Amino acid sequence: MAHEFICTVCPRGCHLRVDDDMNVTGNSCPRGVKYAIAEVTAPTRVVTSTVRINGAALRRCPVRTAAPIPKGLMGEAVKALSDVTLTAPVETGDVVIADVLGTGVDFIATKTFAKV
Amino acid sequence: MKDYELIVVGGGPAGLAAAAGAWEAGLRKILIVERDVELGGILNQCIHNGFGLHYFKEELTGPEYAGRFIKRLAGTDIEVLSDTMVLDVTEGPAVLVSGRECGCRLIQADSVVLAMGCRERTRGAISIPGSRPAGIFTAGTAQRYINIEGYMVGSRVVILGSGDIGLIMARRLTLEGAKVLACVEVMPHPGGLSRNIAQCLNDFNIPLYLSHTVTDIIGKDRVEKVIVSQVDERRRPIPGTEMEFECDTLLLSVGLIPENELSRRAGIEIDPRTNGPVVYGSMETSMPGVFACGNVVHVHDLVDNVSDEGERAGRSAAEYVLGGDKDAAPDGKAVSLKNGEGVTYTVPQHIYPSAGAADVYFRVAHTFDKSVIRVLDDGEEVLSFRRARMAPGEMEKITIPADKAAALKGTVTVLAQEA
Amino acid sequence: MYDVAIIGCGVIGAATAYQLSRYDLKIAVFEANNDVAAATTKANSAIIHAGYDPVPGTLTAKLNVEGNAMTEEICAKLSVPYKKVGSLVLSFEPENDAMLEELLRRAKANGVPHAAILTRDEALAIEPNLNPEIRGALYTPDSGIICPWEYALAMAETAVRNGTELFLSCPVTGLAPEDSGYVITTPKGTYRAKYVINAAGVHADDVHALLEEPDFRITPRRGQYYLLDKSEGGVVKHTIFQCPTKMGKGILVSPTVHGNLIVGPDAEDLTDKADVSVTAAGLVMLGNMARLSVPTLTTRNNIRNFAGLRAESDSEDFIIRESENFPGFFDLAGIRSPGLTASPAIGRYTVGLLEKAGAKLTEKKDFIDHRERIVFRDLPFAEQQKLVEKDPRYGRIICRCETITEGEILDTFKTPIPPVSINGVKRRCNAGMGRCQGGFCSPRVHAIIARELGIPMEQVLMEDEGTFIVQGETK
Repeated sequence: MAHEFICTVCPRGCHLRVDDDMNVTGNSCPRGVKYAIAEVTAPTRVVTSTVRINGAALRRCPVRTAAPIPKGLMGEAVKALSDVTLTAPVETGDVVIADVLGTGVDFIATKTFAKV
Repeated sequence: MKDYELIVVGGGPAGLAAAAGAWEAGLRKILIVERDVELGGILNQCIHNGFGLHYFKEELTGPEYAGRFIKRLAGTDIEVLSDTMVLDVTEGPAVLVSGRECGCRLIQADSVVLAMGCRERTRGAISIPGSRPAGIFTAGTAQRYINIEGYMVGSRVVILGSGDIGLIMARRLTLEGAKVLACVEVMPHPGGLSRNIAQCLNDFNIPLYLSHTVTDIIGKDRVEKVIVSQVDERRRPIPGTEMEFECDTLLLSVGLIPENELSRRAGIEIDPRTNGPVVYGSMETSMPGVFACGNVVHVHDLVDNVSDEGERAGRSAAEYVLGGDKDAAPDGKAVSLKNGEGVTYTVPQHIYPSAGAADVYFRVAHTFDKSVIRVLDDGEEVLSFRRARMAPGEMEKITIPADKAAALKGTVTVLAQEA
Repeated sequence: MYDVAIIGCGVIGAATAYQLSRYDLKIAVFEANNDVAAATTKANSAIIHAGYDPVPGTLTAKLNVEGNAMTEEICAKLSVPYKKVGSLVLSFEPENDAMLEELLRRAKANGVPHAAILTRDEALAIEPNLNPEIRGALYTPDSGIICPWEYALAMAETAVRNGTELFLSCPVTGLAPEDSGYVITTPKGTYRAKYVINAAGVHADDVHALLEEPDFRITPRRGQYYLLDKSEGGVVKHTIFQCPTKMGKGILVSPTVHGNLIVGPDAEDLTDKADVSVTAAGLVMLGNMARLSVPTLTTRNNIRNFAGLRAESDSEDFIIRESENFPGFFDLAGIRSPGLTASPAIGRYTVGLLEKAGAKLTEKKDFIDHRERIVFRDLPFAEQQKLVEKDPRYGRIICRCETITEGEILDTFKTPIPPVSINGVKRRCNAGMGRCQGGFCSPRVHAIIARELGIPMEQVLMEDEGTFIVQGETK
């Protein structure tokens, strides 16, 4: 069965097609081929969310997974953040949860907060 | 002696890039006036990834993207007045500000860059019928509540409009535990980027209803239901196609409007197609010494382009200030750009042929498969560009090389056709 | 035991409380909503009518002209936005010309100080955007525009400042006569008053029915509106009416005191006294009808649609009288247009009714007839500077579209009737009523309300009870 979907590697949004033999068409660059194969075999996503933070000017700190994680784990990964409360100061890149759900990928802070 | 060489109105992505561009081009007395308490503008609430692939060659979230620029400015002597509003821009130019810290005062500058960004179209702008309960938000307001303030706006949500913020919020709300029942778009094509349709709707099985709109809102205190109807080719609801969605929240992602109240009051010429100032290739507006960039000029879909435009405006302001003779336009006469068939506007609206290669941004009127963009000079084709696919939700950019630009003499038309 | 209880705090209840609070009386006002001016008063055309329309000899005609004459002074004393912009009634057909003559005759009979019929050219000279096909217009310089909710609020605040007690979220659910007056039942408790004044707007018949079957019926007549952006605010300088016909009073186009353009209303009799929804068909009709007066008018720059309910009664005239069966109970009912204009005169007239009924009226020596409000954007630059130096919160702009400062928002919480909702703040200082409709400032106003009222964000309301905005914290 052939798969058709939109490439999300960049904003260009190529319409990719992968046939049963894993031949990719519709891509504009090699990254599209890699994405297409991954999307058919083991799709992954970067997950972004927020966590509570104390002692900062705002009440929430934005976070993301440092790398894509399996698409099926998105919901679980976000739930794991419920138990986390950060305390300022926080630097962009600080690890919020290490090795999320055993994926080997960390949740990291995406904003710097001074202590207030 | 003026207070500053350059005042940048707005510390979002456009203003940050303009300040950085001006500093790197040699200005040393630069002030950014920002109405929020921190720099970064709307990027601060855009916590999702997808920013910076072009500009930084890596994928960042909004706060990270803003952080890069803020860090870049930290190495300079650029001053920032935050939590401060610009009330007026006047000839001179000068800027009237008001803030808790700085009070009310008039600040003189050699040049000004307008970078106020844009605002969201509201329910009123599209006159959605029905009652007026709580639970109706523009997507950006909901985004602020959720991502900055940390409050959920609802649990069962319908989204009207498929602009990028609405799509991003569909995913965000779903991951935060809400049920997004539908995304409804009045046009036959999505308003936002294809990748956002894929990763924000398709990933979560959220249905997208194209050629549909909300025709009634029901609820006394809080939204209880919305009625969605199919529309005909003239966007009129078709009776008998009503669908009912029980929900407590309606998000609106129905377009953005450049915020040009300051520009209008200052008497700067506005292009009715973009709702932004008419600009030259240098991003200079009709008011000498006043430049504009980013979403205040035209609504972009990629912040990377905003940064490019901002830097260009900043560099141009620096050239203007350091160039000595303020009245001297570049050599030769400017030529005007017009949108031809299939194109809804162009930015800039004027270019100087002698000013080198010219980047031209525009949007197409409808979706195109294999297509060609043509540039005509008084009807004569001078350039063409091939495209595999174009959509109104995705801004197009072409570059007119320096040699071709130098040869332009009449009215330049940019048009799009199926190949 | 109160001397007077007023049921309802729209502009009629507020004006009556204001006029009564000049006297040594113990006054209570019961309002079902959580704010004053929260129903008909907040959603109407916001016009101060000259008084050429009502049939001569009616109470409506008398109170209209009297009310018009009282408006300017009250607005000056109580800092209410009001502008005497004048109005034009347009004639499109030969039959309309006769109607204009009739209106001119009524104007004279009713005692309207100035009114004249202009030729087409004269009308176009003062309003160039009018339809060039008009035949003429009735011109009155005494018509005005006002901020209706601030008018009611200012009068209610002044009454409260002078000792009137206001009970909000306090619907009257029972009324019973007793020897010395009436027992008033509400969810918040039972109260007694010698005199009861029914100013319950579209619910006036329901309130009367708490005592006896009323001999009048109130029908909620819905009127829908467009409120256009300030960019359109200068399209006309006067209030433009269409000549009334059998089909109705036509659609008006008028500047507002806030600088916007208002277009409306249609007229539709409903049964639901809470249905203020707008309809697609109604809005399309408004646009088309308005373009008859101003052909270039575009609703593209609309910022808000709304609808209000007029208290339409089966009587030709205002119903302002003491009950025959229940002495001391007064109806102020069926106050349709020009009720807003007539309101201060209705209040004054009601004072007279009470006096006739035997109420002892002694004027207060220390009556405070004054109200001030800081409006940052209207101050000259030097004044703005001084104000911000004194209190930096006036330098911080919260509502960008309307240039409303944190200081002005905080001021509303120090008034005699502080706001309890986002729309309550909007009505008191205009934050959120601009072109972005609170998109930018409502989360900020929301946080200020939570802080000032000492309640969690989840409990902050947009308007009435139940209009919660956020549902709880994110994880």
